[in-house]
Amino acid sequence: MEYRREELLPGVWLTALCTDKFKTGTLTLSLLSQLDGQTASMHALIPHVLRRGTVSLPDMESLDARLDGLYGSRVEASVRRVGEVQVTGFAASFPEDRLLPEKMGLLGRISSLLGELLLRPNTRGGLLLPDYVNGERDKLVERIRAQKNDKDSYAVQRLIQLMCECEPISVGTLGSEESAEGIHYTKLTRRWRELTATAPIELFYCGSEEFAAVSDALAEALTGLPRGEIDTDIGTDVRMNSLEESAREFTDYMDVTQGKLAMGWRLGDSMLEPDVPALMVFNAVFGGSVTSKLFMNVRERLQLCYYASSGLDWQKGLLIVSSGVAFDKLGAARDEILAQLGAIKEGKVTEDELVAARRAVRHRLSTMADDPFSLENHYLSVNIAGSDASPGELAAACEDVTLEDVVEIARNTECDAIYYLRAGEDAENDGQA
Amino acid sequence: MMDRLDYPAIGETLYETVLPNGLTVLVSPKPEYAKSYAFFATRYGGAMRRFSLEGRKIDTPAGVAHFLEHKMFDMPEGNALALLSQNGASPNAYTAGGITAYHFESTQGFYENLDILLRFVSTPYFTAESVDKEQGIIGQEIRMTEDNPYFALYYALMRALYDHHPVRDSVAGTVESIAEISPEILYSCHKVFYVPSNMVLCVAGDVDPEAVASAAGRILPSERSAVPEPDYGAPEALTPASARVKLAMDVSAPQFLIGGKVPSPGGGTEMLRQTLICELALRCLVGRSSPFYTGLYAEGLLRADFGYGEDFSCGTAFFELGGESADPGRVLERFSAEVRRVSENGLEREVFERARRADYGLTLRSLGNFQGLCRSLADGAMSGYRFLDVFELSRSLSADDCAEYIRENFAPERLALAAVMPRGPKG
Repeated sequence: MEYRREELLPGVWLTALCTDKFKTGTLTLSLLSQLDGQTASMHALIPHVLRRGTVSLPDMESLDARLDGLYGSRVEASVRRVGEVQVTGFAASFPEDRLLPEKMGLLGRISSLLGELLLRPNTRGGLLLPDYVNGERDKLVERIRAQKNDKDSYAVQRLIQLMCECEPISVGTLGSEESAEGIHYTKLTRRWRELTATAPIELFYCGSEEFAAVSDALAEALTGLPRGEIDTDIGTDVRMNSLEESAREFTDYMDVTQGKLAMGWRLGDSMLEPDVPALMVFNAVFGGSVTSKLFMNVRERLQLCYYASSGLDWQKGLLIVSSGVAFDKLGAARDEILAQLGAIKEGKVTEDELVAARRAVRHRLSTMADDPFSLENHYLSVNIAGSDASPGELAAACEDVTLEDVVEIARNTECDAIYYLRAGEDAENDGQA
Repeated sequence: MMDRLDYPAIGETLYETVLPNGLTVLVSPKPEYAKSYAFFATRYGGAMRRFSLEGRKIDTPAGVAHFLEHKMFDMPEGNALALLSQNGASPNAYTAGGITAYHFESTQGFYENLDILLRFVSTPYFTAESVDKEQGIIGQEIRMTEDNPYFALYYALMRALYDHHPVRDSVAGTVESIAEISPEILYSCHKVFYVPSNMVLCVAGDVDPEAVASAAGRILPSERSAVPEPDYGAPEALTPASARVKLAMDVSAPQFLIGGKVPSPGGGTEMLRQTLICELALRCLVGRSSPFYTGLYAEGLLRADFGYGEDFSCGTAFFELGGESADPGRVLERFSAEVRRVSENGLEREVFERARRADYGLTLRSLGNFQGLCRSLADGAMSGYRFLDVFELSRSLSADDCAEYIRENFAPERLALAAVMPRGPKG
C-alpha cells in the first residue's frame, strides 16, 4: 500500500493509500472542529441535513436513486470524536471500476457528489430547508436519548461526563439533548457556512486509483470551497492528574437487571510524550484482551463479573475500565480491578502475559490493513496527532515494548473517578456519590 | 487436487473439491490480507429435530443442535475456545435453523488453528456433569433472550407465518425441552450429523488451498457415511397461519416485521435464482431509493433502521421487512399499495435496472467480508449451487421477471404483520 499525504487547498489535506487489494474504493471527507457544548449538536446534525438533498438531487429519493445506479455506491453522514476534536462529514464507498460490467468512472462521480453535498445542499432563499432540519433534528434527539438503552456504553459515557466535568470531552460526540432540541434552521445554516469556511478538512482515499487522479477529482469537486481563516487551534486538552486526592465516586439509579461499574484513570506522566505502542501493550496486559489480567482474574478465576475490559483514549490521556457486575459484587469487583492494576505496578506480569499482550495488539493492528474504514480511522487519529505511523509500524514497535515500559505506565496512572449504575428509582440522587 | 474456478469479471478465484469422505472443501484465496478465516459447518440446525437415517425415523427434543454447539468446545485436553484464543485466534460458533457453524479468524498460526478447529468439531466429549452444568447456562441464555424484543418479534412473525414447520420454534429450545437432553442424545446426534459427507469446510485468506484440503483429509474420519434427511412435516400453505400478531414489551417505540412465505425450489441454481429475484423485488419495492421508504421516512413513519431480507433454508422460504415505526399498520397499508401498483402497472425498467446495479455492487463489496462470504459459499454448497454464479445470473433477469414475482408472492392475503408495542404504564 502506497501512502501519500498532501495539502490540496489551504487547510484541506488528502491522505491516500493506493492499493488493488480491495473490491471497493473508499473516500471520506471530514471537517474538524473543537468539541464544544455550544456547537456539538449542530455539528453532529449538519451532515445528516446535507445528506437529505442537494441542488441537483433535491431529496433522498433522487440522491439514493443516483447511488443505486452507481452500482450500490454508498455515501453516509458520519460523526465521530478523536480526543476532543469533533469530526463530522461523509463516508463513501463504491465498487472498483475494473470489477464492473461497464466503466463508470466512479471516483470522479463520487468525489463530485461529496463536493455537492458539502457546498450545494438543497436550500431556499439561501437557508437550509426547515423540513429537513426539523426532521433530522428530531432523529438526533432520539439518538441522544437512545444512548441510555445500551447500558454498557452509557455507563462509560456517564463516567467520562462526571470525571471530566469541566473539560470539553464531557459534552459527548452528539452534544446534549437540550442543545439538540433548540436547533433552528437559520442558526444551523449560519453554523454550516462558518464550519465550511473555517474547519480544517481531512480527505481520505483508499483504492486503486493513482494519487494524481484522486487529487484532481477532489480539487475539482471542492471548487468554490470558501476558505476563511482556518481554525488551526483545535486540539485536546490533556489533564495529567486526578482532580482530587482519592477517586471520586458516583452512582446512578436506573431500571436495570445487572449492575455496571465504570472506572477512570488519568495516564499522568505517560502523556508527556505518549508512547502509543507501549500504551497499547499495557492496555492489553491489563484488560484489553482475552489473556488480560481483568479477563483471566476478575472474570474467569474469581467470577466477580460478566465482563470486564479496559480501553484507552490516548489522545485525551484516559484509561477506562468497563464492567457488568451483579449488584452485590460491585465493591468486590472494584477492589479486584484496583488490585490487578496494583499487581502490574509491582511488576507482577509474567513473560507469557507480556507475549500474549504483544500478540493481541499486533493482531489488532495487522487486521486494520484488511479494512479500508479501519485504516481511515487509524490515519485520521494519528494525523490529528501530527504523526503518520502506519499500523504495521506500530505493530513492529510493539516488539520492543518491555516489562519496564508497562510497569512505568501503570505507576503513572491515577484513579480519578468510579461510577456505579444500580437498580432503583432514586432520581433525586442522580450522579451523586 | 482441488478444482480451480475463475471469475475474472469480479476478480475472484475459488478452489473446490469433495474429499473421498464426502467433505466439501472450498477455499477463496485473498492475497495480501493479514487475516485468514476458517468456517467449518454441518448441515444441522435447530429446525432438524425430526430426521430419518437409512430408513429409520428419529425424534429429538428441541434445542439439541444448539446444545451440541456449546458442548463441542469441550475436549479431553481442555477447552477449544481457550486453546484457540491462546494461539492468537478469535474463535466463535453459532446455530441457525439449518446450519451449525464453528469459525475462527487469525493473523498467525493459521494451520495450527485449523487443526484445532477440525479436531474439536470432530471429537465428541460429553459427561453427565458437564451436560448438567450446561443445562443451567443455556437455561439462563433462553430466559435472557426471551426478554429481548427483537428475538420476541422475530419468532412472533415466524409463528404468524408458519402453522407447524419447526422454524417456528426457537433454535435454542425451551428450558423444558433442554432438560431432556442427555450425553447419549448428544453422542448420537453428533454421530449422525457431524459426518464429513454432511459438512463443509470453507476458508478465505492468503492460504494454500491444497494444505487446507490435506489438513481435513488427515484429521477427519476417512469413511464416507450416509447423510441424514430432515423431516419438516407436511408442506405448508403459502398463506400465513395468522395475519396479525401483537405483543407488549418494554420498548421505547413500536417495532414491527412484515413477512410472507414464498415458494422454495429446494436447491440447485434455481434456488439461487429465486433468492436473487426475491432480493431484487424487495429492493425495487422498499429499497433505499424507493418512494415507499423515502416517503415514509420523510413522514417520520420509518427510520434509518428499516431493513429487509429473505431467507431460503430448511426446505422453506420467506421474506421480511421491518424496523421501528409509530404506526406499523400504516406501513403495511402502504406496502400493500405499492404491491398493488406494481401488480397493475409492472415495474419501470429504470427502477429495476437501478436495483440490479445496486445489488451487484453491494454483493461485490460483501466478498471482502470473510465471514459473510464463507457462509454464502457454504450455504450454496449445502444447497447445490455455486454462490459466485449470482453475478452472471443477475444479468439474465428482467423487470418482468421481478414484477411477476411481486404479483404472485406479495399480495395482501399472503402477508403477516408482527408488532411489539410499548407496554403501557404499570402493565
